[in-house]
Order: sequence, then C-alpha cells, then structure tokens
Amino acid sequence: MTVLIGQLFTGVSIGAVLLLIALGLALTFGQMGVINMAHGEFIMAGAYTTYVLQQVVTVAGWSLLVALPVAFLVAGTMGVLLEILLIRRLYARPLDTLLVTWGVSLILQQLARDVFGSPNVQTRAPELLTGNIALPGGITVANNRLFILALAGGAVVALTVALRVTPLGRRIRAVVQNRDLAAVSGIATARVDRMTFFIGSGLAGIAGVALTLLGPIGPTMGTNLIIDAFLVVVVGGIGQLKGTVIVAFGLGVLQATGEYLTTLSVAKVMVFVAIVAFLQWRPQGMFTLRTRSLA
Amino acid sequence: MTLFRGRRILAGAMTLVAAAALAACGSKTTDANTSAGVTADVSGDTVKVGLLNSLSGTMAISEVTVRDSIMLAIEEINAAGGVLGKKVQPVGEDGASDWPTFAEKAEKLIREDRVAAVFGCWTSASRKAVKPVFEKNKALLFYPVQYEGLEQSPYIFYTGATTNQQIVPGLDYLKAQGAKSLYLVGSDYVFPRTANKIIKAYAEANGMTVLGEDYAPLGSTEFGTITNKVKSAGADAVFNTLNGDSNVAFFKEYKSAGLTATSMPVVSVSIAEEEVKSIGTQYLEGQLTAWNYYQTTPGAANEKFVAAYKAKYGADKPTSDPMEAAYVSVYLWKAMVEKAGAFDVEKVREASDGITFEAPEGLVTVDGATQHIAKTARVGKVGADGLITEVWNSGDPITPDPYLKSYPWAGGLS
Repeated sequence: MTVLIGQLFTGVSIGAVLLLIALGLALTFGQMGVINMAHGEFIMAGAYTTYVLQQVVTVAGWSLLVALPVAFLVAGTMGVLLEILLIRRLYARPLDTLLVTWGVSLILQQLARDVFGSPNVQTRAPELLTGNIALPGGITVANNRLFILALAGGAVVALTVALRVTPLGRRIRAVVQNRDLAAVSGIATARVDRMTFFIGSGLAGIAGVALTLLGPIGPTMGTNLIIDAFLVVVVGGIGQLKGTVIVAFGLGVLQATGEYLTTLSVAKVMVFVAIVAFLQWRPQGMFTLRTRSLA
Repeated sequence: MTLFRGRRILAGAMTLVAAAALAACGSKTTDANTSAGVTADVSGDTVKVGLLNSLSGTMAISEVTVRDSIMLAIEEINAAGGVLGKKVQPVGEDGASDWPTFAEKAEKLIREDRVAAVFGCWTSASRKAVKPVFEKNKALLFYPVQYEGLEQSPYIFYTGATTNQQIVPGLDYLKAQGAKSLYLVGSDYVFPRTANKIIKAYAEANGMTVLGEDYAPLGSTEFGTITNKVKSAGADAVFNTLNGDSNVAFFKEYKSAGLTATSMPVVSVSIAEEEVKSIGTQYLEGQLTAWNYYQTTPGAANEKFVAAYKAKYGADKPTSDPMEAAYVSVYLWKAMVEKAGAFDVEKVREASDGITFEAPEGLVTVDGATQHIAKTARVGKVGADGLITEVWNSGDPITPDPYLKSYPWAGGLS
C-alpha cells in the first residue's frame, strides 16, 4: 500500500514536470498553431538563468525564488524576439516555421555550449527542498517534488485566470477562435500574438527553473523534453488547457506504473503505444475546441 | 483547420528527426584497407599520440578530467626530454558521448594523423565501438577506466581496474560489513549489465540476496520510481553502476526519499572526486565508493601528481581514479616504447610484460598476458569536504583476472 501511494505520488510528480514543460507549448502550439521546435531551448534558458543567478545570489533559496520571475522574463523575451524576427514572417508557412525554429534550437544549443561549456552543470538546491515530509505509514513525500507540483498547479491556475478574466485573455481567445473576425472587431492580432508568445515562452523558462531541482543542466536538455511536450499537447487536444493538464498527469501515472511493474525502457514503450492507440481512436486529441474559423 | 495542419506538420517533424538519427547511425567508418596495419608517422622529431574523450554530452562531466590529466603527463614527459628523444604531440578529438562518433574519430586518428598510440574512452560502449577499429588497423589504445572485465584485446592496454580489482573487493567489503541483501541500479548499457551479472553470481555463491535490479538509459534524469522500488525493497546496500550525470538525479532523488548512507549505503563504482564535486557533497556524504586510487592516497608519487595537477588546472580541481589511471597510462606507454626501443606496435606489446611504474596509487605492474595492470583495490567513504577517504584496502596489488578464472563462482560468466 505504501509503495502504491508512493508510486502514485511519483506518477503525479512526473505529470507535474510534463505539465510544466507542455504548458507553454499549449499556448504557442495549441492556441496559436505555431510549431516552435526551439521551445525546449527556452526551457534550457530558464535552467541556465537559475544557474547564473546562483553565482550572483549565493543563498540557494533566494536565488531560486529570484530565478522564477527572471527566467520567465528571459525566456519570454527570447520568445518575443523569435516571434518578431522570424515566426511573424512565416505565419502562413508552418513547415518553414518548423525548419526555422529547429535551426534556432540548434543555434541556441551551440550558444549555450560556447557560453557555459559542454559539460552539464548543476545548481545547489536550498536545504529545505532536499528533504521530505514523512507521512504516517512510512510514506515520504519529497519536498522538491511538492514544490514542482505547486509550481505547475500555480501556473495552470494563473494561466486559466489570465485567459478567462483579463482583457488580454479575452483577446487571445478571440484570436484563437476566429482571427479574421477578431481583427475586424478592432483587436490588434499581431500584438496579441506577440503577448501569447511571450507568456508561452516565459512558462518554458519557469519549467527550466523547476527542472534544476531534479537533474543536471546541459545544452541538450531541451531536445530531450520537446518531444514529450508536443505529445502532451497533441494528445490533450489542441486549443485546450484542460486536455493538457489531464494528459500530463495521466501520462505521468502511466509512466510510473509501467516503470514499477516492468522497467524504465519498457514503460516508455508502453506509453508510446498507448498514445498511438489513443490517437487512432481520437485523432483530434482528448478535447477539441469548436471554432468558427475557416482556416 | 489548424488542428489537422498542425498534426501533419508534427508528423513531418518526427520524420525529420528520425531521418537525422538514422543518418547519424548509418555513418560507418571506411574500411578500404582491412588487412595491413597503419604504421605511425615517427619520421620527424615529434611523435603524435591521439586523445579520444567526450568533451561534450552526458559523459563530459567525467571524461574532460581524463583529458586534462593525459595532457599533464604528456607535458611532464616532454619537459623531461620526450620519448626516445622525440617530443610527444597530442592530437585531441571529441567523442561527444556518442559511440559511432568514437569509432569514426579513432579511425581518423589512426589513419589520417597516424598516431603512435591513442589514450582515452570511458564508457564500455565507446570502448566496444572502437575495439574493432584498433584491431583492424593494428593500432594501440590505452583505456584508463575500470570496466566489466571479460575482454582482452591484443590492441588495448587496460590501465583501469578489471572486476577482480574493484567490484569483487567492493563486494568482499560489503560482505565483511554484514550486508546480506543488495539492490542493483545501473545505466542501461554493457558495463552495468555485465557488472551486475558478476555481482549476482558473487551474491549467489556468498549467501547474499539480490532484491532487485533496475536500469535507466544513459542521461536519464527521472529516478522517482527506481528510488521507490529501492526503498520498498529495503536492501542492506545499493550497488550503483550508474554512469555520467544520471548520478546527479539519482542521488538528489535518493536524499529526497529520506534514504541516507546510514539507513541504506550506496556503493558506487563510477563516482570519483570530480563527480562528487559536481553532484554535490550534500547528497553524497558518507556514501561508499570502490576504486584503486583517491586524491587522499598517501605516498610521494601522489603528492607530486596532485600538486602538479592543481598547479596546472586550479587548486579547486580534485584528482580521481580514472584521471590517475590515464596519467599512468601515458608513462606506461613511454616505458614500453623505451624498453622496445621503437614505436612499432608489435614491439611495444612484446616489451610490455613486467613493466612497473611508481604510480600515485602505488606500484603498478603490467601483466603482458592480459595487457591489464596489477593494482591495489581501495574502498572509500565520501567526506564532508568532498574528498574520499580510504576505509579499506587490499594490501598488495591484485593480479588482474579479467575473465575471473580464479573464482569458482564465476564459471558460467565468460
């Protein structure tokens, strides 16, 4: 029983990581339809931001807290630059966007290698986050996992509120549902796109901060994550946050259960098979957004 | 609809990635000339040697330090007049933590640069990848890292420990400490899988039980489930054969789960001083390692080595077992060449038997029959300062036995 609960928690925390890395993509890919292969490198940028801040602010707890908004700004700014310089010119040519952003991703990786060196680096976690909370029955809940779970939860809530309540959120939804109609209603769609991209990329930066608590930071960390992030968004259904959230946790628990019963490699295969089967059954993903646009 | 367009493009992206991966795997080395070896170019007043280490990717955390210590040895040798009156000129290549790249670069060093010997490789996967290249070209590789044994190539000198000089003594130590059950955690490639086969055979013959065995792909950073399994199995000790920076994620998770060196000690065979530093002492304090050398190993030869290394690379840089083995390998090659009086590979091999060197780890002797070296086994404990202090050693150097022929329980392994 203890093991079961422990595994459930592991699954949920894998899900929280998946959710964090996919959330930004749910905005840029899910809502805007831009395939940004450099999304993983924005996560990397967030992770390296944490690393750099730790050299400046040497108290690990503070540097982590400072890193959250700074990483959001750094990754968000990179996203906006990418949008202004390249993606904006390619909105009607998705395949070109894919190739261009892939190129950007390679450039950013090499840049990280040149600036920070090829070997992976580590950050020191604050002492508070290296411990755990012991629950009755021998169950332990790792603090860093709880932190990531809270962070993912917070990001989802903030994003949902922002999309539902704020004027910007209303505009984003309007543009997603029908770009032309939104434009003729007086919404500056180009500016909305830029803001959406800023938020989506910024969320990648936050994910990067969270990942420093779990493993090393390296130039290629983004490539390992981007496929998982796309999978979560595609399976969840494009244009919906709800789907992304459910699928992230679903896949996390599936992965953890599979790994417990078999081995890590077999579990990965199981997850992929499950995804393929699911997409055969529901090619549109778990949830679909009905829109009136003709695009 | 954006939806369908999106999916088709995603499929396109996957195809692209898959094609790139295939292209990378398919790049085979050329084998135009399979029978005759390539002779090294020693015509000038320099002799070239190849250095083949991963300077990027998941293994760089470990392999960069090996490159540094090889460079130190070459510098010292050149300052003392070189080898047979020729200065040693290093030619460096990056294996990039990718095994086909290792094979490609080895071929390049041998055929294009015509080096007299190559020093390098860390993972057994990379050694297995370059082994046919060295055998085909009849060229020499000096491999400086402990490995899983059960191998003996005429064109490789193994200057790290084989299993009976590291893993078996490590298990002897655990047994003496009263450990009755083990859990095995390793990276998913040849070294951990073979090592674990040996550990299981040992356990069976010595009344220990192996409660579980788990593997994670190299570079994997998700250890929640494995840690859970380890914890619920409740073994007396964990035998860790993870390589590279998966160790970072594993030990972070291990500590988060509330496991400690006192509640369930971990014996690692791929974590040395450099890795301790980058994983973080806060996660490793009190854990055990099995090696043949530590920075703290006493002796004049080691004091000199540590001082020279720190002078060249910085006072905060620790020295470690694979670095020491790599450093020693250059000196052993020099001694072999001088005994043979030539750089010729076959002559060097013939001259190798019985060559000794006063190494930082103590006296080492080359065993010509196996092309391994006799060395002392040491078990150490990670201290709060990040250095490892010896808690046990084998006393005398242990004769290498890569196929474990002198151990009855290992009968079915090779």
